[in-house]
Amino acid sequence: MDFVVIQSLNGLATASTLFLVASGLSIIFGVTRVVNFAHGSFYMLGAYIAYTLVSRLGGSVAGFWGSIALAAAAVASLGAAMETTLLRRVYKAPELLQLLATFGVVLIVQDLVLVIWGPSDLLGPRAPGLAGAVNILGQPFPQYALFLILFGPLVYAGLWLLFHRTRWGTLVRAATQDREMVAALGVNQAWLFTSVFTLGAALAGMGGALQLPLVAVNHTMDLQSIVEAFVVVVIGGFGSVTGALLAAVIIGELNAFGIVIFPDLTLVLTFVAMAIILVVRPWGLLGKPEAAVRGGAGSIELPMRPLAPRLRLFALGVGLVLLALPLVLGNYGLSVASEVLIFALFAVSLHFIMGTGGMISFGHAAYFGLGAYGAALLMKYLMFPMLGGILFAPVVAGLGALVFGWFCVRLSGVYLAMLTLAFAQITYAIVFQWYGFTGGDNGLIGIWPAAWASSATAYYYLCLALCGGAALLLRRIAFAPFGYTLRACRDSGLRADAIGIDLATHRWLGFALGGAFAGIAGALYAFLKGSVFPDTISISTSIDGLVMVLLGGIQTLVGPIVGAATYKTLHVTMSSYTNQWQAVLGVIIIVLVIAFPEGIMGRFARTAEARTARAGDAAP
Amino acid sequence: MTLSVRGLVKNYGGVAAVAGVDFDLGPGEILALIGPNGAGKSTCFNMLMGQIRPDRGSVKLFGRELVGLPPRAIWRQGVGRTFQITATFGSMTVAENVQMALISHHRRLRALLPYAGRLHREAALALLELVGMADQAVRPCSVLAYGDLKRVELAVALANEPKLLLMDEPTAGMAPRERIALMQLTADIVRARHISVLFTEHDMDVVFAHASRVMVLNRGRLVAEGSPRAVREDKNVQEIYLGTGAVYDLARAKGEATAGGEA
Repeated sequence: MDFVVIQSLNGLATASTLFLVASGLSIIFGVTRVVNFAHGSFYMLGAYIAYTLVSRLGGSVAGFWGSIALAAAAVASLGAAMETTLLRRVYKAPELLQLLATFGVVLIVQDLVLVIWGPSDLLGPRAPGLAGAVNILGQPFPQYALFLILFGPLVYAGLWLLFHRTRWGTLVRAATQDREMVAALGVNQAWLFTSVFTLGAALAGMGGALQLPLVAVNHTMDLQSIVEAFVVVVIGGFGSVTGALLAAVIIGELNAFGIVIFPDLTLVLTFVAMAIILVVRPWGLLGKPEAAVRGGAGSIELPMRPLAPRLRLFALGVGLVLLALPLVLGNYGLSVASEVLIFALFAVSLHFIMGTGGMISFGHAAYFGLGAYGAALLMKYLMFPMLGGILFAPVVAGLGALVFGWFCVRLSGVYLAMLTLAFAQITYAIVFQWYGFTGGDNGLIGIWPAAWASSATAYYYLCLALCGGAALLLRRIAFAPFGYTLRACRDSGLRADAIGIDLATHRWLGFALGGAFAGIAGALYAFLKGSVFPDTISISTSIDGLVMVLLGGIQTLVGPIVGAATYKTLHVTMSSYTNQWQAVLGVIIIVLVIAFPEGIMGRFARTAEARTARAGDAAP
Repeated sequence: MTLSVRGLVKNYGGVAAVAGVDFDLGPGEILALIGPNGAGKSTCFNMLMGQIRPDRGSVKLFGRELVGLPPRAIWRQGVGRTFQITATFGSMTVAENVQMALISHHRRLRALLPYAGRLHREAALALLELVGMADQAVRPCSVLAYGDLKRVELAVALANEPKLLLMDEPTAGMAPRERIALMQLTADIVRARHISVLFTEHDMDVVFAHASRVMVLNRGRLVAEGSPRAVREDKNVQEIYLGTGAVYDLARAKGEATAGGEA
């Protein structure tokens, strides 16, 4: 009994921090409709800034608490700066590109933190006055945890008063329900958005700063906290502060007891909880269905056309160059080129789900990883030859996508994206924690290609043949009735249903097909590297795919290939010139998002279309 | 009977949106469902289309029960439909929109290799010719004028050779001259193909010019039914519907005074 009480108190202390971060994320999304990936960066910056301030101001009561308040204020002003300089330029862009822009900020902050504070973990002081323990049921319980348990609800009460007792709060609640209407009533939206974003950043910064006495400040805090915050917000319902509180308590308690009962499965437990809640309540516990955006996001896709003769020639030229590449490149160059080809297929398969299918996936790495692990495990345990592994990889990945997709396709928008992320994290956690079978974080090594494909040139040609063939096949499918059916479901579910199309089933099949093709890419990647590690399934792999698709332009079929080539080439060249290639990449992503909101190929397609239209008007 | 509706009821939190509607629709008949705002037309319509499940009642198409079927299954039984606010595939051309319906009709939705743009092209162009949209066949649907979108929807609705067309406010949002032209076109097509039509409409000119029969819905019940002329001359209908808003309010007030309200 004592144990249950203590563990549930521990859970509540965790819940308070979760709530601080998640409520800010939720409020920001509610009003601005921006899913702010950089929210985890605010949290991490809060912790780092508080660390520096405490070491300057000293660990006295005033020094410590003053540092935390100042850190929150500093992060708030960083948030305000980000909103006014970056987000304002992209509010009109499709919501995925906004996400991409905030992800650019994540990359920049990651490198900045490394430059300013260095790579090693920093240990902060204990909270003065709260460093001891109190006796609860005969067991010592840290005073600081007790303070956190009280602080969370206090912040909740403060937010409630702010939202229900002030004019500003009323506007925020109104904008969460219908921001067009609020704008139509003459409310200064720019000011409202900035203030909301600032408040959200302050909450995240404070959440981070309050970690100082609990954990060593480190540079992985950002992605770790953003994923947790996403889970909490999704469970609670986007835009609902009360929902965030409720969900924070659920996740906090789940962690506190999960770590005792299933110490190896805490990660899985969190995401399973989220998956179950989303299946039962597709908009979270207290969320509402996403309001339809009036007038759309200004990104109506053009009809697909076969390549114009000139572009056909160009594509042929690119094909010839790729065939001739081994004449120019050495072994290193060829292995980079093989990797580009593999990621091009990965991006094309993700585009099939996101572009053609209209289902945003944040967890496409799951199928890439299932393919990689599928091929590697088949080789390791069943002595499959390389080609056999590559052949079965899409089956493994496709089956995974069938299982996960069955749940995912029932949702839409951000919730769909989060559920795909959840399944990817579950896959990651299983692979990471199942040492006996997958080798855990030691990975599987010795996954080398067959003798005939072991030279860099031979493997490059294998990649070219398989990735090129698979990409062409997916392109063909996009032009086939099945691809059209997926686009029909995406364009107008109402109309699709009214002409006999079963939406859920076709979206499901489309999701699985995209997953299967990602599996081919995964298997090729495993044999290219000679090994597989859990990070093939990590969030950053999923995000890499997302960036490639969006960079190239989601509205064209060639886009993901261009995006993958651009992204991977940038990645490789940047990392050989500078240690801060991530930051450079972040800046490039942001610049591209602002300059090419439709992606690189989307921009070309639009220009070409305008030219054709003008030519058509001139000569009827 | 093409369509037989019996005892259709839908309540929303104790409010009866549709409170027991019965009617029949014969082959080749053009039946108009009219009524003031909030009369329950849309609810009624959405129940026929399978979008809302009725609390009670039955909807039979050639004797087969439709209640409980999803819209896509109702379509497969031979019911075409157009929406009050047009629903088309914006990323496809006009012809591809019709081809999509034809592909579905011929059950080729999951084909992976043929080019969709080449399937049933001729049939799609013939349907577009019928609705006067053949010259815009290769334009993206997203750039069409609203009236043209309505024509595309009509072509899409005809793609599965329906026995029954359900048209929710087919002329809403159109200019007066366009309305008459579109409704005339619809009437010509359905008469030639012997298709039954049920439509809701606010424009009385359209209703009286083309309907073979008119039903009047008020507060969830059918209050009058008959030839356009009979309905036009029905005193009750004139009071509750054809007059100005003031008349409607008066009727409502009177109804509440005499019968203690309908609810």
